[in-house]
Amino acid sequence: MSITYLEAIREAQYEALRSDPSVFLYGQDIATFGGAFKATKNLSREFPNRVFDSPISEDAMIGMAVGAAVEGARPIVEMQFADFSSIGFNQIINQAATLYWRTNVPCPITIRMPSGGTAGSGPFHSQSMEAIYAHYPGLVIVTPATVEDAYWMLLDSVEINDPVVFCEHKFLYYHLKADRIGDRELPIGKARIARPGRHATIVTYSAMVHEALRAAEELQLDGYQIEVVDLRSVKPMDTDTILASVARTGRLLALGEAFPWGGVTAEIIARVTTEGFHLLDAPPMRLNSKDTPIPYHPNLWKAHRPTTATIAAALRTLLRH
Amino acid sequence: MALASSINCAETDLTADFRDQFLQTFQHMMLSRVLEEKLGSLYRAGGRIVGGVYLGKGQEAFSAALGIQLRKGKDVYAPLIRDQAGRIAFGEPIIDTVRTYLGAVTGPMRGRDGNIHRGRPKEGHMAMISHLGSMLAVASGALFARRLAGTLGDSVGATSIGDGGTSTGAFHEGLNMAAVEKLPMIVSVANNQYAYSTPNTRQYACENLVDRAAGYGVEGVTVDATDLASCLKAFRAAVARARSGGGPQMVVGTLLRLSGHGEHDDASYIPDKARHAPNARDCLQVAEEFACAHGWMTPAEVRELHEEVRRTVDQTVSKVSKEPTPDPYKENWQALSCAELVEGQYKA
Repeated sequence: MSITYLEAIREAQYEALRSDPSVFLYGQDIATFGGAFKATKNLSREFPNRVFDSPISEDAMIGMAVGAAVEGARPIVEMQFADFSSIGFNQIINQAATLYWRTNVPCPITIRMPSGGTAGSGPFHSQSMEAIYAHYPGLVIVTPATVEDAYWMLLDSVEINDPVVFCEHKFLYYHLKADRIGDRELPIGKARIARPGRHATIVTYSAMVHEALRAAEELQLDGYQIEVVDLRSVKPMDTDTILASVARTGRLLALGEAFPWGGVTAEIIARVTTEGFHLLDAPPMRLNSKDTPIPYHPNLWKAHRPTTATIAAALRTLLRH
Repeated sequence: MALASSINCAETDLTADFRDQFLQTFQHMMLSRVLEEKLGSLYRAGGRIVGGVYLGKGQEAFSAALGIQLRKGKDVYAPLIRDQAGRIAFGEPIIDTVRTYLGAVTGPMRGRDGNIHRGRPKEGHMAMISHLGSMLAVASGALFARRLAGTLGDSVGATSIGDGGTSTGAFHEGLNMAAVEKLPMIVSVANNQYAYSTPNTRQYACENLVDRAAGYGVEGVTVDATDLASCLKAFRAAVARARSGGGPQMVVGTLLRLSGHGEHDDASYIPDKARHAPNARDCLQVAEEFACAHGWMTPAEVRELHEEVRRTVDQTVSKVSKEPTPDPYKENWQALSCAELVEGQYKA
């Protein structure tokens, strides 16, 4: 008996629907069809009046969720691909994100964003939007890297009285399995030490956690203990845990699958250099995808995003300092 | 079903009930006009009003005719830029307007947002954002949630847009979604001929804006928005259809706005010819003449009403002027309702 990352997302939605009558699901092809990735498979059968197919209207979908939240509902909206949330961008950053501060009315919506790249998906079905949304005040951005986090953080997201952008990674949907879902351990906002070490710290999140862990394994053969910090949520970002790790290792590699300009890795480095410059024994490094649209052919795609090999190479450079 | 028609008010429509609503709406229009004149003068005087001033002069009849049909506390209203009169007719106290324009901390937006962006969402009065068309989906969402919770009853939602706003993707997505979900939404489109300075010819290429309704399976009518009686008749019918399960309704009002886009704008782009066309009539004057011609009011009563309204506005402004403005040192600067999720708050 095992459960995939995707099944954990489905189970969490099942549990949210079961335990709270104010939860409903709205998204393209999510009802009878069960969603483009089957993340809502069978849910409309269980909850026929709370799982709805939406028109292809990301703007209207988010706007609708905000209005529903004002009335006390707790909508979960599925963006078929995170890329398409750009059509709902206005409603996310101007409507949902500003509502509480402007009006004192909380906005408990969860926007599920199938994020990140998979082979052959190309420029419009592979993007990671977390940095874009994290830029705006009023949003919580979660980026689960494990089956357990996919489950518990989705349930947490629905319970949170603020808008949550839930960045689930498509590559992990089927690639990641757990024997069972354990107990809820960490709250949103707290990072996890995915692997302890003492020579360098990789701070990362989502699918890159697994590439980082493999790179750390590789470096162990050279005698290096690499610490891997899984941020779990990029906003709030657990600066304390990052700084504590860098204090132990003296070296930092900020790693992310998203585009390099600005973004989460830039934020990590900015925080460490401004708040923990004295902790560093070497200039901090960052590794992201290339600064081009995401390529279609798997050969190009694999070379576009950071991989175990490029992370290991970056670590070796970092450790030589 | 005739998807598009034109509404005129005939003498046979003028029941006692209609007369009462007409007179009530006329009072709201008058209050709106006087309040906005005051806001305009405060803006020009400088120093008191924090941001810009956006007036609904010339659109009071169309706006208030919708607002008066809605039941505060039961229906959902998402007004837009030129809906001061509709807001008053819906039941928003003018002190909310004044407090928001003056940035008073006592107002619904507590100095955090200003002028026309105010609202009280928990009371069904959505607070608009400046991105046109986006409130349609939000108002729809409130209705959708009520339907799910079994509390919708015969409540309706209403929102406004201008000719320019109908060009946005959000408007089309929102209208389509409201239609697909068969929500009781009323969408009023004030075709005031200019989106800021851009004339209709540069805004849309269809012949009549109301034709957009048919494209979504929505019932639509066009009305002379300078004529309060026709506006009331149109919105009464549209709201009744929505309440009884007829789905979204669109009402397009034709008029010319009698001010600039905001008070900073002298509207010099509007040619004289347009200013003298029939749809450039002042709806307040038209309503006054209508009421007097039918013996519903005397000119003396109109003058008395005007005086009374002016006193109310002056008293409100003077009261709010003494109220506290926000203090950046007392502001909690927290964009999330969950304090523990605010950056830097987590302590192990």
